[in-house]
Amino acid sequence: MIEAKGVVKRFGPRTILRGVDISVATGETLVIIGGSGCGKSTFLKCVVGLLRPEEGAVTVDGQDIARCGNEAEVADYRRRFGYLFQEGALFDSMTIWENVTFGLRYLTDIPPARYRRLAREKLAMVGLKDIEDFRPAELSGGMKKRVALARAIAAEPSYILYDEPTTGLDPIMSDVINDLILDLQKQLKVTSIVVTHDMKSAYKIASRIAMLHEGRVLGQGSSDDFKASADPRIHQFVNGLSQGPIKMKLKDYEPDAAEGA
Amino acid sequence: MTALLDVAGSWFLELAETLGRGAMLVRSTAFWLFRARIEWRQTLIQMVRIGVDSFPVTAATSLFTGMVLALETGSSFRSLFNEPLFTGTIVSFAIVKELGPVMTALVVAGRAGASVAAEIGTMQVTEQIDALYTLGTDPVRYLVIPRVLAFILVLPFLVVISDFSGILGGYLVARVKYQIPPSVFWHDIIDTMRVRHFMHGYIKAYVFAVAVSLICCYKGVTARGGAEGVGKSTTQAVVLSMVAIFVLDYLATAVLVALGIT
Ligand SMILES: Nc1ncnc2c1ncn2[C@@H]1O[C@H](COP(=O)(O)OP(=O)(O)OP(=O)(O)O)[C@@H](O)[C@H]1O
Ligand SMILES: [Mg+2]
Repeated sequence: MIEAKGVVKRFGPRTILRGVDISVATGETLVIIGGSGCGKSTFLKCVVGLLRPEEGAVTVDGQDIARCGNEAEVADYRRRFGYLFQEGALFDSMTIWENVTFGLRYLTDIPPARYRRLAREKLAMVGLKDIEDFRPAELSGGMKKRVALARAIAAEPSYILYDEPTTGLDPIMSDVINDLILDLQKQLKVTSIVVTHDMKSAYKIASRIAMLHEGRVLGQGSSDDFKASADPRIHQFVNGLSQGPIKMKLKDYEPDAAEGA
Repeated sequence: MTALLDVAGSWFLELAETLGRGAMLVRSTAFWLFRARIEWRQTLIQMVRIGVDSFPVTAATSLFTGMVLALETGSSFRSLFNEPLFTGTIVSFAIVKELGPVMTALVVAGRAGASVAAEIGTMQVTEQIDALYTLGTDPVRYLVIPRVLAFILVLPFLVVISDFSGILGGYLVARVKYQIPPSVFWHDIIDTMRVRHFMHGYIKAYVFAVAVSLICCYKGVTARGGAEGVGKSTTQAVVLSMVAIFVLDYLATAVLVALGIT
């Protein structure tokens, strides 16, 4: 169970998150949608503890990372998570299979002799094969993304945070990844938060959707709630319309944010 | 006036923040050093890299330094006493106590230190450092400690090499230019050089190793803002390391003198 209460995150004078309240029940997949730059990645990083919120708290199974006494506790907190970075963040000094199995040494008791085979299996799950000995620089964008996904799930964490898992993938591969996320949820009871712009994927994998807007949660609900939402902003966003209230609000929002400086 | 105060104030804040974050890095280095298994594989990789990177430059630098020293003392003493006296003594003392460690540390800072700062900096701006966290390890444990250890293990070794090659350089010039017989040159050294003289320079190597490696790792993990940021922090790492080497050289010498290791 992940619970975020009143999370406020600032970068210098700019307030990105202005009090986000989100809770994700165990075994649930929460999809977060929202405009580019509204702070979705920032929120995920607050959850995993890479960023510390200025106000509010995130607790995972009742444990608050801000209260962890020493670095070993912080490390214990973090190791429950698998995290797919938006840009992949593959280690470019290592081969693909070393990347995929990197965390196993710290997170599991699996003997190193089995790593290569395991890497093969995980890569197969994301639709990749025969690239174990490549380096990240030799892969296409979509392949890197999938290697990063394989790495995030390799240690079978109980929480997975996906930052745009299907961005940069072709439609068929996107659906393969959707199925993978659903499988992980159903079979391993993984609790996950998925950030995405891909509404088709959102509808397919979400137990619940939350929309982030202006640093707050604008609305939450099931896929059907969102499809039929009466809120004009949600309606505009999920249908991808250029005309609507959000564009106007964005204009208001920019000087507003500058005023806070 | 207020503008000046503003500048001074923000400069001071920045300094305080840097010191604070530096202290944090030292603290968590100490924490992971005693807490977790050391990544020996990484340490070994780094040792080989630093050694291979810096060995040729170190050897060449001190070879020529030794040659210059012999030339200078030889010519000065010849004009003073009509004879190039004590060339071996002067070259070996200058190299072993002072120039060997300092030159080696400078070369290593420019060669290996820069590459450490650039590598870690790149990892920082591409979120690879964050990825380390989410994969159950810690950049201090995985990146910083192996590099600090590698510097500590390799730099003194390079200093010994540079001691030898500096003295060899001095010997070559003494022999070829001043026709000083080998027995005289070596006796000048053996009769006066004691273990504590060697230790004086050798201990400094450890001080430099810790300082350079920590500074370069620190500049790496605090890099911000893409390729430009990495370039900037790499330059800063090298400059700061060099300044630190000279300042610490004085301090270490003062302490060693006070302890009688001279
Ligand atoms: N380290 C940082 N320092 C300063 N500002 C930051 C930092 N990280 C993010 N921001 C700012 O926070 C805001 C939100 O960034 P974030 O990456 O969370 O957006 P996002 O919702 O994930 O957008 P996208 O959908 O484009 O990925 C942006 O305006 C960005 O400029
Ligand atoms: Mg993002």
